[in-house]
Amino acid sequence: MSTEGDVLSQQRQPRIRWVVVPREQVPGWLPALISFGAVIVALLIGAVILALAGGNPWVVYTQIARSSFGSLGVFSDTMVKAIPLILVGLACAVAFRMRVWNIGAEGQFYLGAWGASAIVLGLLPMVPSLSSPWLIIPLMMVAGMLAGALWGGIPGFLKARFGVNEIISTLMLNYIAVFWNNFFIFAIWNENGFPQSPAFPRFAWLPRLTDYAREFRVLGGLTTHLGLVFALVAAVLVWMLLKYSRWGYEIRLIGDNPRAAEYAGVPIKRYTVLVMMISGALAGLAGMSEISGVVHRLQGSISPGYGFTGIIVAWLAKLNPFAIILVSILFGALILAGREIQPSGIPRLIQGIVLVCLIASDFLLRYRVRLQFGSKEA
Amino acid sequence: MSESDNVISMRGIVKRFPGVLASDHVDFELRRGEIHALLGENGAGKSTLMNILAGLYRADAGTIEVYGKPVTFNSPRDAINAGIGMIHQHFMLVPSQTVTENILLGLDTPRFRLRLSKYDAIVAELSARFGMQVDPQARIWQLSVGEQQRVEILKMLYRGADILVMDEPTAVLAPQEIEGLFTTLRSMTAQGKSIIFISHKLQEVTEIADRVTVLRRGKVTAGGLPTAGHTTADLARLMVGRDVLFQLEKPPANPGPVVLSIDSLEAVNDRGLPALRGLSLQVRAGEIVGLAGVAGNGQRELAEVIAGLRPATGGQVRLGNDVISNQPTRAAIRKGLAYVPEDRTKVGSAPSLSITDNLIMKHYDRQPVGKGWRVDSVAAELFASELKEAYSIQTPSLRTHARVLSGGNLQRMILAREIATDPQCMLAMQPTQGLDVGAIETVHRLLLEQRAAGVAVLLISEELEELLSLSDRICVIYEGKIVGEVTDHDVDRLGQLMTGSLGTTTEAA
Repeated sequence: MSTEGDVLSQQRQPRIRWVVVPREQVPGWLPALISFGAVIVALLIGAVILALAGGNPWVVYTQIARSSFGSLGVFSDTMVKAIPLILVGLACAVAFRMRVWNIGAEGQFYLGAWGASAIVLGLLPMVPSLSSPWLIIPLMMVAGMLAGALWGGIPGFLKARFGVNEIISTLMLNYIAVFWNNFFIFAIWNENGFPQSPAFPRFAWLPRLTDYAREFRVLGGLTTHLGLVFALVAAVLVWMLLKYSRWGYEIRLIGDNPRAAEYAGVPIKRYTVLVMMISGALAGLAGMSEISGVVHRLQGSISPGYGFTGIIVAWLAKLNPFAIILVSILFGALILAGREIQPSGIPRLIQGIVLVCLIASDFLLRYRVRLQFGSKEA
Repeated sequence: MSESDNVISMRGIVKRFPGVLASDHVDFELRRGEIHALLGENGAGKSTLMNILAGLYRADAGTIEVYGKPVTFNSPRDAINAGIGMIHQHFMLVPSQTVTENILLGLDTPRFRLRLSKYDAIVAELSARFGMQVDPQARIWQLSVGEQQRVEILKMLYRGADILVMDEPTAVLAPQEIEGLFTTLRSMTAQGKSIIFISHKLQEVTEIADRVTVLRRGKVTAGGLPTAGHTTADLARLMVGRDVLFQLEKPPANPGPVVLSIDSLEAVNDRGLPALRGLSLQVRAGEIVGLAGVAGNGQRELAEVIAGLRPATGGQVRLGNDVISNQPTRAAIRKGLAYVPEDRTKVGSAPSLSITDNLIMKHYDRQPVGKGWRVDSVAAELFASELKEAYSIQTPSLRTHARVLSGGNLQRMILAREIATDPQCMLAMQPTQGLDVGAIETVHRLLLEQRAAGVAVLLISEELEELLSLSDRICVIYEGKIVGEVTDHDVDRLGQLMTGSLGTTTEAA
């Protein structure tokens, strides 16, 4: 075993090497640049795939842009798609900031829709005096948020009390939520055998821009609804919570180092449940606003995967509430454009590639990569 | 001495990391059969230099010669093949496997695990040859720390290492075990091995090493100095560049009323086994009580119970008249307990948050930083910058992430934060672990200031020197109980209590 005297001879030094070095400080503009870069790279990759599949990427991309931003009408449609994305994005951002991985925003969305429907289809017939938008809409909001909060609180409690992995519990609860809604749609609130509930009465609809077309001609046909206000207000509130409030500080602390947070006296278990409930409430509000602002009834398919897209939105926006608004508009555009090009193929493809590029690019936030030439100093 | 006596010759080694020149044209030589100590503060570059020698890093410039032949190491395997074996401070052993299995780990022979008994015999012979008693069939978890260290040494000897690099080997050993290690080292050099001994403990360096090389800020301040004829003060001066006070001014004790009282405390460790078995201790205002003991006798669990991070299964801890055991962590903080944890990065700080965020960790919920539901960021910045000035925390800005701070600065930050809570009682666990002499001095000074201000200080440490110089009285913890108290600096008695050789369990007053 002894190799005394038999020593490795000098090997050839490589001329050029990649050097990876941890960053000491993250410049403020870097996360935005990286996110932007990830989208560009994703679009390029998508373009390559499109070209390989025989399509023309430039045509596809300009068509996407045109069908989402080309006119006031389609821009309004884009915004309609963006509203639930903003709310779900905020929901995910709040949870992710504490490193609680809420993958159940989709289910919380469905529960929120159910909550709102329960007010209209369940409570309203019993209490007809509620037939005023000023009464019924706030009630629907509260019910939607409570139902979503419950659906988020369950996995939160399971994690705090039993250490159940929230990724799995929230994911599974999505399925239960969909089937819960289906039960009500098919059995309890069914309309003549069609897979949907009766339409909501007019006063239970969220006001839309087009409702004021008589006063302002230009608003005709614009379906952007009050949910946009909910989304923007929520973004401001979440921003204030995370940046200025003591809970925001505690959430950040838990997210960075739970053991230090525990040492500092922050009650982590309580926060786990609370944050999951807030997250669920926001997603539930998204569900309520989609039901009450767009389809005006409870039906089986109310979400083209908003709950999951919201996760990508939150990451792309680096958990910043205002960036979430911008990114949601971008993704809303993609979803809308999918209607025109190919419903489930290309937009989903781009979304997926963006997510992969994002996760990979996160590495650049924490490390600097340089080329090093030669390894001997002058 | 001629060149041919050098088994290792490092010349002009340069190593750069972003923002710091870790090795600045360092020369280092190791002669055959000697014990050569490498001394320096944290950040002086000794670990870097040895990591280069062991093949973990590649130098940016400079040459290394082993037995007179130039070498380049691309990986630790190259270094081992050249006969250089490194024994790290944190052992890399598999607890559930036997000694022999651990020694054979990663080698190409034996291909399949047959005839282990043959290898048991080889290991036994090897261990006898160097006077290191260890049972080849024992499983690692059954062994004491000192014995585990022997396994690490045997691992390297088995791979044919003639040059051993030992990184702070005495950090984990009790005083008796240190003697055993030194005997082993002398036996190895007598048989032709050469040893590099990285340490910051000046006393040991003068005792065991033949020559010493001192590094300061990446430069050699003394290369290959014979230890005979040099005092620890000389070495300290070479390490730090100025005279270091070894004994800080300590006014006589004037203890006030009992602040922290621990009564018959019982608790279990993470594996559910009893860690504290009826421990009783009291600390008065204005005194420093040192808690001595070899690691693993319940110190960690004691600190966690006091801080409210671990439940007590029996007994209680009181701060003044308030019970703080089995209460939410925040209760202890509110009642005036400051806790400087052992693990600076995993528990004591949030690495990716700013220095400001770290400094307000115990203040964000009270004036002036916290106002109702808000955290006043302006007040927070002011608070943080005041602390930064007062405690000389070196950092480019308050916004840098805490992970960038050096060990000494991080500890200053943690102490600043804790002291600013104006505590009644301070619990410090291994506060100077991994710090250089300058930072150690600062920490000791701050603890003495707290003592003078009437704070009750409980200092849990494995550094006997530190306990002896700071404590008014030293209690010894062994197997979850206080087994004795020493007030007269009787080191022998301390050592005996720490290793359980004195059977009595006199409760501390």
